[in-house]
Parts: sequence; structure tokens; C-alpha cells
Amino acid sequence: MRYAETGYHLEIDLSRGNVERVETDPKLTELHLGGLGTNAKLLWDRVPPETDPFSPDNLLIFGTGLLCGTPAVGANRTIVSTFSPQTLFMAYSMMGGFWAPELKYAGYDKVIFRGKSPNLIYVWINNDKVEIRDASHLKGKGAVETAELIKQELKDPNVQVAAIGLAGENRVYMASIEQGRSSASRQGVGAVMGDKGIKAIAVRGTKDVNIARPAEFLERCNDVLKYIQHRAENPIKNVEPIFEGLGSPQEMKLIDEKWHTTGFMWGNARARRKDYWTKDVEEKWKETQESMRTRLISCYNCPMKCGAIISVPGISTYMMKCYSKLTYTMAAYSDLDFGFRIAQRATDYGVDGFSAPQTMAFALELYEAGILTDQDMPGMPPDTEGRFYWLLDRIVRREGIGDVLANGTYWAAKQIGKGAEDYAHNNIKKHEQLPLKLGMLNPVYFLMYCTGEKANITQIEGQFPQEPFPKREQREEFVKDWIQVPDEKFKQYFLDWEPRGDNSNPHYPTAQMSCEIVDWMEKMHYIDDALGVCAGLSSFPLKPPYHIHNYPAFISAATGIDMDEAGLTQVYRRNRNLIRSVNVRRGLRRADEKPPEDHWKKRFPELEEKLLDAYYQFKGWNKEGIPTQETLKELDLAYVAEDLEQRGIIKNG
Amino acid sequence: MAKVKKKVKSIKIDLDKCNGCRACEMICSAFHANPKYSSNNPARSRIRLIRDPIRDVYLPVYAGEYTAAECMGRDKYVIDGKEYSECDFCRASCPSRDAFKEPDSGLPLKCDMCEDDPAQEKPLCVKWCLNDALIYEEREEEVEEEVKLGEMEVGLESLVDKYGLQKVTDTVARMSKKS
Repeated sequence: MRYAETGYHLEIDLSRGNVERVETDPKLTELHLGGLGTNAKLLWDRVPPETDPFSPDNLLIFGTGLLCGTPAVGANRTIVSTFSPQTLFMAYSMMGGFWAPELKYAGYDKVIFRGKSPNLIYVWINNDKVEIRDASHLKGKGAVETAELIKQELKDPNVQVAAIGLAGENRVYMASIEQGRSSASRQGVGAVMGDKGIKAIAVRGTKDVNIARPAEFLERCNDVLKYIQHRAENPIKNVEPIFEGLGSPQEMKLIDEKWHTTGFMWGNARARRKDYWTKDVEEKWKETQESMRTRLISCYNCPMKCGAIISVPGISTYMMKCYSKLTYTMAAYSDLDFGFRIAQRATDYGVDGFSAPQTMAFALELYEAGILTDQDMPGMPPDTEGRFYWLLDRIVRREGIGDVLANGTYWAAKQIGKGAEDYAHNNIKKHEQLPLKLGMLNPVYFLMYCTGEKANITQIEGQFPQEPFPKREQREEFVKDWIQVPDEKFKQYFLDWEPRGDNSNPHYPTAQMSCEIVDWMEKMHYIDDALGVCAGLSSFPLKPPYHIHNYPAFISAATGIDMDEAGLTQVYRRNRNLIRSVNVRRGLRRADEKPPEDHWKKRFPELEEKLLDAYYQFKGWNKEGIPTQETLKELDLAYVAEDLEQRGIIKNG
Repeated sequence: MAKVKKKVKSIKIDLDKCNGCRACEMICSAFHANPKYSSNNPARSRIRLIRDPIRDVYLPVYAGEYTAAECMGRDKYVIDGKEYSECDFCRASCPSRDAFKEPDSGLPLKCDMCEDDPAQEKPLCVKWCLNDALIYEEREEEVEEEVKLGEMEVGLESLVDKYGLQKVTDTVARMSKKS
């Protein structure tokens, strides 16, 4: 018997209409765990590096994490892997919700799509019965509406549906895959789903998920529940409200948005409004939020309430999470009422809450600058809010200028020319980022922005505070119950980190310390993404219930695989280097590893080169950021080394 | 019949506090697995969350008695503008729906308040509901003494209803010969 995992993949060839249930190799679970790790292995093995993201040979993989469907609290993530039409690298996109556990209960660890369907279809997975069904009646329907229609059609309210909207159907590079309160939004995975002709995947499962050492496993789960309660009663002191608790940022719960609205950028990631948050604004936003937010909700098997049901009078109800509350609001220089209204339409269209508003604000800047003209924008309304709706409608249909903007700011700027490139200023690896601009370079964040395979400022950080605490006593208090540190030395790094003086950014933490801190944070994210545990209970908030010291026991008890901290670290390094190699084989090099040019006002070119050198060396990579032969061989990735050598990407010895 | 004092275990369900996570279903099925916690499967759970986010319907319901016949009428309730089917509130394992039946055998399931030896502090669904949508309460009541059917009898009764007494007896006889 297989434990925690089902031991089966569902392989669907859409060109041939062929469906197969394939047993997997348990050895791969030992090497890569599951989720992100085994997804990457599939992409490495099966998709040649020259494959176009919209080629039938590109795979679209929906992988559940190893612990999804077990009693492990918050293990509900689906990791969607494919090659991104926007970045052209491996898309590292994920969603919570209820879909992954349901797939496990249906008896599968992953659904792997290849080929393309000639007509729009949806897939109905009902335990052993899998059907490819016609979806022509769903063409053009919203993602939320599609899920509702499919549930009615299948006459089962317990079916979990992942669907695309118009944006995905039209291969818009910022198209998301929507699923209840969650979505896999980043890097255009919805566009690949649309390209393959898949409108939705509906899943219902009524089988068991097994645990190798049940009593031991439950004890660990109970510890996590207890710790979550402990953290609810003991918020972190001396930090902004958003960092106090667990979960993804509690945007649906919090009313106080002073920190975001005065610290983050408005428009096309351009302007700070330090005086925005007044008593009047707070009252108005409070009223908006409390009148439209029907209920705070969670993902599968998680006590947190990071999402909400939003009912705007007169328009359809939808579900929201996290920062999309503010991205439209701030990109359009508008207010929360507008944000909640347009997010309804954007969610049904299925677009990414970072890339879409940024691209629209970018278009309006180009228009203000005269680079785009009335000829490009025929009939565009005069007000900014009206213009946002107008642009959104055109982007998801690829109509007129919308067809250009649908590829995101990087590609649109290239196509528009006339200096438009300067306006696509907030990207990493061609991908739009959180609208944030800061003063002094932070060495830890510099490394994360440059080298993270997620190409995403958010969700790579978490374990180590973003800023030093002003007073030593505050820092001393913080480290007292910091059980999550992999090594005591991290406490010292934090204790000695000062807001000003010798021990402050950009020269402190030192290059070596920065490498170690980044590696720790990255390690936790990679483990979460292989296990399917939500970062909100692990790698994202300060002092989370899951950490490097208790994870091995979870994995061992769930699967029966003997795992300790050293072994788990090795799995992380293997997955990290495999994904890096997947991208290196597609051309990723040092020159690609840059933060947005204007992310910090104060930049230090020499120091930055030193940081990158140190980090690459720390990782066992060469000066170009490519894993060396030794590194790969030590991680049972000799076959990767061989391939890279044959392609002339690395040299032997 | 004689009057006896009985401890009534009850769970107070606060629909407004439910965040819809279904941990109650998960842990119920894990607790009732054999060996305990060796597997989980919400489809085997004795609590069901009737969940329809878009209409803001969040309704945990516990499995009650098995019944052979379904209701004649299927009424609807509208509460605070939200529509519920009468079946949504019903605890019965009945022929009209899949809920509260073992997915493979179709045998009826019933909430036993996690009665166990040694006793649990409270039912596991309550323990796992950190949002306090489920609150455990005990009270004493005076009730008429009655003979209760055991779990196996309830199961057999449902099989007899489905296949007829003769067929069940024949099958049991055949099975005992084989073993």
C-alpha cells in the first residue's frame, strides 16, 4: 500500500482523447516528495527545452502535494506546472482551496495533460470514471459561473471545479485558473489551459487516503493545532498588524490599510501617497468592507480565514483573498468600493490580480505620455475607473489594443515601442510584481528577487523579519521563543541587525549571512510546495507551526519514509537544483537575475555583484548561476549533469 | 417502562462561525477508520458540511438514524434570504441521497459522538473546529428506558430492507460455510 500519496497519476492526451491511470515509482517520492518536486521531474524528463509554451508538447500538470488529503492541517495546495508563455521559463503557480484533496480522494496524485483538444472540453474525474466532455456551452462563460454550471450539470454540490474564464480561453498571458476561493494566477498558467482547450476540471473523490503510522501522525497534527491556538493568543509584538498572526495576509479581516495604502505604490507602481489614510477614508473603507464581506472563509482543513465571500449589491457574488483587495484600487487611484466591484469581473474573466491592474495602469500611463493615442483607444471613457473596465474587457478578449496588452507589460512595451519599455518598469523575468518601491537596498531581498525561481516578490520570504526591530530589547524578546530557526546563529544575526549604523542594510546582514537566510526561507517554501502545505501556516508568516524541526516527523509518520532534517534538506536542494536546471536548459543565466531597476532608490552595483557571486557559490553553482557537475551528482542528479554537458551548458570536471 | 437518567451529549452548531474548512468531516472519518486514523475520507464522515459558498450556505449536519423510506414531500426553507432544502437539515441516512452512507457498501453511518474507551474529552469534530462553530455541551435528562439497536443491527436492517430477509440469511449462511 502507498501512504499519504495514492501512487497514481492520471495522464490525459487531449490530441488523442486518451485517458490513462498510471502507477508511479515510489523511489521518486523518496527523492522529490511530491507536488512541485515531482512536477519538475516530469517537465525535465518529458518536455524538451526548445518546446514553445503553446506547443501540444508542453505539459500542463496539476500536482497535489504529498500531504494533501491527509489530516495535516492546511495541506491543500495544488501546484500547477507548465512552461509560461510570459516568462518562457517553468511556471511556478499554485492554489489552495479544495481541489487537491478531492483529487487525492478520487485516487490520483496528479493530472498530467499533453496535446491539445480541437474543441473546448471539460474533464470530469469521478473516482475511477474519467470523461472528457464537450464544453461548447461553457465557451465565454466566467470562471465562477462555469464552476456553478458544471456542479448543476453533474448534480453534485461536492464536486470541486478548477476553471478558466475568457482570459484563459483567449490565451491572455495573465490568465488565471480559478477554483472557489483560490486561484493559480501567476505566469499565465490559465493561458496554457486555454491553449489546450480545457475549460475546466471537475473532481469528485470518495476513496481513502492512508497514513503509515497513524497515532504518531495524529499527535503531530494535534501539536500544530495547539500551536495555531497559541499564536492566535500571542500575536508577534513590535510589528505591523499584517505580520502579527498566521495565514496569508489577513486582508479580508483587517480594515486598517494604512501600511499598504501609504507604503505601497499607486498607479503603475509609481506614486506613494503618504497622507492617504485619514479618518474619513478609514470610515468609508470600513463601511464598504463590512457591507460587502458576507463571511470569512478558509481552504480545506485549515482553521484560518484568509478568504472572504464578497457580495457587491447588484452584481454576482465571488470569493476573494489577500492583496487583490488593493491592487485594482491602487492601480486606478480609486477606493475600496471600486476595488471590490472590478475584482468581481476580473475574477470571472480569470486574470491575475497583480499583472492585470499593473498592465492597465501601464496602458493609461502610455496614453498620458502620448505613446498610445486615441486611435489606439477608440471610445475609451474619460474617467480612470471607466477606463479600467474598458481596458479589462478588451484585454481578456484580445480586442484592439487589448491584444497587445494581453501579453503583459514587457511584451506589450516591446511591441508598442516609442519608448514604452521605460514604462514596463516593475518586472522580474518579464513578470509583473508587487507594486513596492523602497529606499535602501536590502541584501536578503535582493537575492530573493534576483534568484527566486518563482519570479515573484511575494511568497518567497517569510521566516526572517523584513526589517530590523528598532530596539535591542525588542529583538531579544523576539528571539526568546523563536523555535523555528534551523540554527541558533540566525538569532544572533537578527539581534545584531540595526536600523542604522555599521550593522544595517545594505552591508548587514553580510553576504554570507544573507545567503544563509535566503537559503533557509527558500528551503521552507520548497518543502511546503512539495508537501502541498499552505505557506500561510509555514514558510510565509513569522513563527509558523510547521518548520524544519517538525516537518521530518510529519513526513516519516505519513509516508513511512525515514526522514530527518539532513535528509529533508537534501530533498530541498535536489528539487531546487532540478528546477534551476529546467530553467537553465531553457536559457536562464545570470543576466536574467535582476530586481526591478527602480525597486530601491539606493543601489550598490559592486555589492550586488558580490552578493550574487556569494550566493551562487553557496548554492554550488557557477558564475552564471548554473549548477556544477559536483552539485548535481551529489544530489542524485547525474542525469541532469550529463544532459547539460551534452548541450554544452556545463563542462566536465 | 422505567424512567432513567441519561446524559445527553449535544453539539451546539453556530452557522455564522463556520469557515467551511471541512476539518470536521476529515477528522471524523479518520477517527472512525480502523486502525484509528490509519486513513481518512470525508465521504465516510458522520458529519457533513452542506456548503454552497456563492449563496453563503454553510451548514454542518450530523448523521442520525437510518431510514428505509424517503420522505414524500421535499420542502424548502428560506432563512435570511438563503434557500435550504429540507434534506439539508435532515440527519437520516435515507435512499434519497448518498450522504451518511459508506461509499463502497452503502451501509448507513451514524454519529456516535466519538464514544470510545478511554473516553475522548469531546467529539473530534469539535476539537478540530478552532473557530467554535461546533461547541460540545452535556446535560442530564430523564428518559424512558429503551432497547437500542447496535451498529451491526442497524446495518443488517438496512440490508434486509434492500435485499429482503431471505437473501441476507442465504448470503450469511453461504459466507459462514466458506469460512
